[in-house]
Amino acid sequence: MTRLPRIDVDFHVPQAPMADLLGYLDTYFRQQVTDREIHTQPFRLSSYPANSPLTCGAVLADRPVPEALDALGSDIAIASDLHGVVSLHNPDMRAALMSAVNDHLAATWLDTDPRLRGSIYVSMEDADLAVAEIERLAPDPRFVQVLVLAAQEAPHGQRRFWPIWEAAARHGLTLAIHAGGVFRLAPSVAGWPAYQFEDYVIQSQTFENILVSLIGEGVFQKFPDLRVVFLESGFAWLPMTLWRMDKTWRGTRQEVPWLDRPPSEIIRDRVFVSLIPCDPPGPDEVRQVLTHLGGTDMLLYASDHPHRQFDGHDPLPEGLPEADLPAILAGNALRAYPRLAADPAVSRLAPRKQEAV
Amino acid sequence: MTRHVVARVDDFPDRAIRRVEVAGKALCLMRRGEAFFALADRCPHGGAPLSGGRFTGTVESDGPGSYRMCRMDEMLKCPWHGWEFDIRTGQSWSDPGSTRTRAFATENVEGQELVKGPYVAETVPVSVDGRYVVVDLG
Repeated sequence: MTRLPRIDVDFHVPQAPMADLLGYLDTYFRQQVTDREIHTQPFRLSSYPANSPLTCGAVLADRPVPEALDALGSDIAIASDLHGVVSLHNPDMRAALMSAVNDHLAATWLDTDPRLRGSIYVSMEDADLAVAEIERLAPDPRFVQVLVLAAQEAPHGQRRFWPIWEAAARHGLTLAIHAGGVFRLAPSVAGWPAYQFEDYVIQSQTFENILVSLIGEGVFQKFPDLRVVFLESGFAWLPMTLWRMDKTWRGTRQEVPWLDRPPSEIIRDRVFVSLIPCDPPGPDEVRQVLTHLGGTDMLLYASDHPHRQFDGHDPLPEGLPEADLPAILAGNALRAYPRLAADPAVSRLAPRKQEAV
Repeated sequence: MTRHVVARVDDFPDRAIRRVEVAGKALCLMRRGEAFFALADRCPHGGAPLSGGRFTGTVESDGPGSYRMCRMDEMLKCPWHGWEFDIRTGQSWSDPGSTRTRAFATENVEGQELVKGPYVAETVPVSVDGRYVVVDLG
C-alpha cells in the first residue's frame, strides 16, 4: 500500500525551560521573573507522573523532535507547547511569558524543521491581551491555530471571549481547544473533583460542555469563518451530544433563534476532533461510533506526541474505513485549517476529499 | 358526509383553544378573530393534546442577541416539549419535512345553510338561528 500523507494536528514539542524564556522577555519582566525566582518553578501542567505514558510514551521518549516526526511518518505536524505559564495570575506577566513561549516555539522548532507549524498559545482570562498576541503573530503564516485550554472560568461560547474568536477567524486561524486546565479553575462544570481518577475521566465531558456552549451562544453564526478543533477530546461522546442538542433545539429554539438549523448541521465543516485518545475500546466499537456519527468528516489524525495514548507503534486507531483514510490523515485538516489549505507545501500533499456525488 | 358541526360560533370566544371530539376524532379547535383552525389534537412528536398549548409565533434572528418576533399567533406551541406547529397546515417549524399534525378545513356556516347542506351535527345541537363552526374531516 502506498504511504498516505499525514498531517498530525496534535504534536507537543518539549516544554521550553523557564531559563530559555528569559531571553524573550523585555528588561522589566526579565527582572521581575529573575528577582522573584519565578523561573526556578517548573510550570508543568501535566497531571501525570513523568514516566507515565500519558506524559511521555516509551516509543517516543527521548527522541529528538525530527526523529519523532520521522518515526511517526508525519509530513506536517502542528506543534504546541502547553506551557504552565498560562496559570499565572498577573495578566501582564502571563501575557509576556506566553509571548515568550510562542517566540521560543517559532525560533526553536518552526525555524528548524519545515514540517512543523505553530500554535499561538493564549490565555482566555484577558481577551484584549489574547487579541494583541494574535495580531502580533498572525503575519507569520507558519502559525495556523490559536491554542487555548479546555477548562476555563466560563464556557468558551460566552461573549466575553468573542474578541479572541473574532481575531482568530479574521486571520484564518483555527481555534484549537486542548484538554487541560490551569489547576486553579475547576476542570468540571460541576466543580472540583477530589481524585485524579475523576480528573482524567471528566476531560472529555468538559469538551461536551464546550461544544454545547459554542453552539448555544451562536459562535458559529457570529463568526462564519471560524473553525474549531478539539484536541485530546475523545470523540465517542459526540453522537449522543449531537443527538441531544438536535432534539432539545426543537422545543427551545425560540430562546436561541440564531440556531436556524439543527446543531448537528451547524457544526458541519466547523468543528473537528483529533483521533487521539481514541475512546472506543476496539475497532468494532470505532465502527459503531462512526455509524452513529454519520461518517469521518470531523476526524483529524493526531499523534499526541510524546504522550502515548495508543497501543503499538501507530497512533492511527483500527476500525476506520479504508476509503476515508486519506481524508482522516490529511484531507480533513485542510478543511479544519484555512492556513494549511492556503499553504502550497501542505495542500500539495493532501488533496481535498472529493465532493460526494 | 364528511362535514361536521363542532361548535356554535357564539360559544367559542376569540383566541380560545379547545378540544372537540367528533366522529371518533379528537380535534384541537382554535379561534383567532373570525377565523377557526383545526388540527388533530395529538402532537406527532410525543402525543400531547395540542389543545393544551398556546398561540405563539416564530422568532427570527440576525445573529446572537437578535430577536424578531414574527407571524405572531400563527403557530401553536405544544404544551409538553414546546414544538411549534403552523395552525393552518399543522407543519412543525423545526422539522417541516417529516413532522406534521393533520390540519382540517374549517368554515363558519349559518344555521339555515346547515339545515339544507350535507352536514352532520355530531356534537352540537343545531338550530336555524346562529352560526356554526364546521370541520371537514375529509
